[in-house]
Amino acid sequence: MNRLTLIGLQVLVAVVTLVFWHIASTTTLIGNPKTISFFFAEPLAVGKRMVQWFMEGSIWYHLGITLTEAALAFIIGSLGGVIIGFWFARKPLLAAVFDPYVKAANALPRVVLAPIFALWLGLGIWSKVALGVTLVFFIVFFNVYQGVKEVSPAVLSNARMLGMNERQLLRHVYMPSALSWMFSSLHTSVGFAVVGAVVGEYLGSAAGLGYLIHEAESVFDVTGVFAGMFVLMGFVILVDWLVTLVENRLLVWRPKTSVISNR
Amino acid sequence: MTIAQTTTSDLNEAHGVNAVELNGIRIAFPLPDGGTYEAVGETNLVVSDREFVAIVGPTGCGKSTLLNATAGLLKPAQGQVRTFSKPLSGLNKHAGYLFQQDSLMPWKTAIDNVAIGLEVAGTSRREALEQARAWLGKVGLAAFADRYPHMLSGGQRKRVGLAQVLIRHPKILLMDEPFGPLDAQTRLIMGDLLLNLWSADRKAVMFVTHDLDEAIGLADRVIIMSAGPSSRIIGNYTIPLARPRNMADIKSEPQFHEVHREIWNALKEEVLKGYRQTEEVQS
Repeated sequence: MNRLTLIGLQVLVAVVTLVFWHIASTTTLIGNPKTISFFFAEPLAVGKRMVQWFMEGSIWYHLGITLTEAALAFIIGSLGGVIIGFWFARKPLLAAVFDPYVKAANALPRVVLAPIFALWLGLGIWSKVALGVTLVFFIVFFNVYQGVKEVSPAVLSNARMLGMNERQLLRHVYMPSALSWMFSSLHTSVGFAVVGAVVGEYLGSAAGLGYLIHEAESVFDVTGVFAGMFVLMGFVILVDWLVTLVENRLLVWRPKTSVISNR
Repeated sequence: MTIAQTTTSDLNEAHGVNAVELNGIRIAFPLPDGGTYEAVGETNLVVSDREFVAIVGPTGCGKSTLLNATAGLLKPAQGQVRTFSKPLSGLNKHAGYLFQQDSLMPWKTAIDNVAIGLEVAGTSRREALEQARAWLGKVGLAAFADRYPHMLSGGQRKRVGLAQVLIRHPKILLMDEPFGPLDAQTRLIMGDLLLNLWSADRKAVMFVTHDLDEAIGLADRVIIMSAGPSSRIIGNYTIPLARPRNMADIKSEPQFHEVHREIWNALKEEVLKGYRQTEEVQS
């Protein structure tokens, strides 16, 4: 199958879904259109609402807030994960002592922390950043830890025989290996940073996409909820695409990605 | 060239000295059930400076273990490793080690992999890259400098590995079945390449292989080891073939066959016994 037919088929899925949605919510073919459009909104109205948001420009403010929160959560969580991950991997005793506590902390569903963070850090962006950090940190931490542990023994012995000291091993062997693991989890960790931001906003805030959806929901404005969800979807897809670009650039030495980008 | 000078003077200084002495070493590993597995029984081996020694034995007989002990990656349970008349402590700084497995850093290009050995020793990056380029040329990979290891064939990766080790001018070269995974033709080519590079600047070489042909073709001396556990040296043969040698041609020379037959006749019984032992242990 060539690329064009694939894209054609992908677009077809969207068109069929939208047409079905439109027919169901405006004609009597499936059921009472009033009931259906109350629960599921109308696609045209949703589209109009999104256009209106972008034309007025109000949406940019909310997008900017959510993006800032997600970016801060990602940066702080990743830094923490890399540093602690390295530290634990190089100090097995430390890792063994803290192992049950790390597992316990990771087992906790992070949503329950949102009220605590709101209490500690207020309703501004930092309570959302904190929620995102708790999600991102563990993903990066476990991947970096694994990456340091899983360095091929042959590569490690070879680097030692080439005269590397501890610091040089860290820079030329452990770091690249750990980062490659971290980058392969980039999609997940970036996704979780956005989840943290949106869930935090949803549970209590005055700005952001989560806030927008929550506000619409509280007045049964289903059109607003769906419009918010679609903007959020588009936003996440865009971020994911950027991550793919970064990943292809950074992991050029890895067999799979480089074949796609070089050939 | 400062490096060439130091190497020459070091070689002169070390001339007539034993590069490696394994004095009654035994190597054992702890087993999960609490016991120990003796991989190598009491072994004595001397490799003089500038000598090419091949170590042959069945798979799993502890040949690699012997190299690891010489490299300082492994501490013998008993006995002493000496290198250039000094007891070895920590890693063997005189040794370059070409491993059996792929051991290039996959995140570095070929030229960076070769240059790194100089860079970590404090050579400036520009100088290191320049020398690395020259070494890639010597192993016939000048055009592949910017490729990552996964873009190279198995043989090309071994060439990069060889350049990576040799650029540091080690006085002892340890090679653990370096051409094992390659096809027969590539092995011949790599053997010739190794002999060429070695004859330009003779180092002490310990070359582990399971291929008697390859061992005779390359080495000054062939050491035969019995099958494990507690494997030991069961044969020590000086190879009288003249140098320079050519790996493909040498196999058609009558002298090669004489040597081969002599070693094989003497060892057949012992080697087959060793294999039977291993099979009994395994079954």
